[in-house]
Amino acid sequence: MGNRPTIMGYVRPDGKVGIRNHVLVMSTVICSSVVARRIAEQVNGAVAIENPFGCGQLEPDLQVTKRTLVGMAKNPNVGAVLVVGLGCEQIQADEVADEVAKTGKPVERIVIQDVNGGTPAAIERGVTLLRRMAEETLAQRPTEVDVSSLVMGVECGGSDATSGLASNPVVGYVSDKLIDLGGTVILSETPEMIGAEEILAKRAASKEVADRIYEVVGKWVRLAASYNVDLVGTQPSPGNIAGGISTIEEKSLGAIIKGGSRTIQGVLDYAEEVKGRGLFIMDTPGYDIMSVVGMVAGGATLVIFTTGRGTPTGNPIAPVIKVTANPYTYNKMKENIDFDASTVVRGVETVEQAGERLFNLMLEVARGRQTKAELLGFREFVIHKIIPSF
Amino acid sequence: MQNTQSLFNVRDAILLNPSDNVAIALRDLKAGETVKLSIGSSTVVIRLLSDIPFGHKFAVRDIPMCGFVVKYGHVIGRAKRDIKAGEHVHVHNVESLTSVHSTCKG
Repeated sequence: MGNRPTIMGYVRPDGKVGIRNHVLVMSTVICSSVVARRIAEQVNGAVAIENPFGCGQLEPDLQVTKRTLVGMAKNPNVGAVLVVGLGCEQIQADEVADEVAKTGKPVERIVIQDVNGGTPAAIERGVTLLRRMAEETLAQRPTEVDVSSLVMGVECGGSDATSGLASNPVVGYVSDKLIDLGGTVILSETPEMIGAEEILAKRAASKEVADRIYEVVGKWVRLAASYNVDLVGTQPSPGNIAGGISTIEEKSLGAIIKGGSRTIQGVLDYAEEVKGRGLFIMDTPGYDIMSVVGMVAGGATLVIFTTGRGTPTGNPIAPVIKVTANPYTYNKMKENIDFDASTVVRGVETVEQAGERLFNLMLEVARGRQTKAELLGFREFVIHKIIPSF
Repeated sequence: MQNTQSLFNVRDAILLNPSDNVAIALRDLKAGETVKLSIGSSTVVIRLLSDIPFGHKFAVRDIPMCGFVVKYGHVIGRAKRDIKAGEHVHVHNVESLTSVHSTCKG
């Protein structure tokens, strides 16, 4: 591998590389969520994902939920999975478990209505199944793997003037560098691309990809318009203008710059599995946690998240690296923020210098260093909904 | 953004991409101040013609009416009138390419 950077990876049976080795318990419906949580609590090193939906959903919306659950479980940061169902729900435990099993990783299932003895018996059985899987899975050790197997999601939340000025350009430097080394980056939050469609379309790998960019951005504009909300004419907001942003293009660029400047290889649906290398756009809401979950379900094994005001959030299975360029936020929220990019705002470092420093931190995290959100146990999980529940 | 003048600033302004024709103030700058700016490996000195608040933009070279305003290496809008180097670049002299009442599309 010569002088190429390496990470410490868990190479899964399907060839994908994780940088964490989680033992996951997942509920298929909210009705089995407490059982899933209690099973996870009794096995050291286990993490629970609680599905708030799984029933009362129309088919297209159901597909999004199912794709998200299966994607989280298939993510190579997960070493083994226990699926917990109730029995009568729309998303059946067998269906999820069979799909995840295609990756070759160990998968078990329990269905509460099939167990004699109700939830106490289901929890007991679940703990035994999970404990056995954890014994094997947690014994695995990571190996040196080339950096190109990394899939990085980029996100922003609680933005302020320093986000577009420094933290997003610094993350953009890391995105470009990872892509140039053969890695993969996912840029999401479609509503924040409004006004920058043309800039993105010009960077598309093909006309089909360019058309898809216009299509997904236009869809959000029309959806808002159907509720009498104008997403274009109202931007930039008065607060943005006071902060120095003059046009909608400038505002959107301040957000999309975190994905860097390379060719856009494709546009993914929410939680769709990323196939191939380079830069991809995922069509997600701008709601940060929903967007992070979509990217991780799509295969991101690591997320870099910029913030201006400061936010503590993480993800159940992927490390989330928090970056701020606001010196006041960094000082106040050091306990939650992994990287200080305020050096750029203060003129102490250039974007490139801070970018190199962040790239090195990203490598450390991909070699096992825990992020603040991981250490403090922040594991927010929410799924995008495209149709109200019925 | 709170008062950034309490912090030690090494530089007054930043150019985010070498091809940009606007720079961003890293503190509240005053008309008449001269600002040193690194563009790639060279340094230029610009005398400010207007007050530039923190986070706001000023032109690093003259931008003709209807010329592109470039930040992040990308076009962020069009000049609604001639803009001189050192002048504040904002909603009063820049329009979006999506602008309905365009000065330039006429």
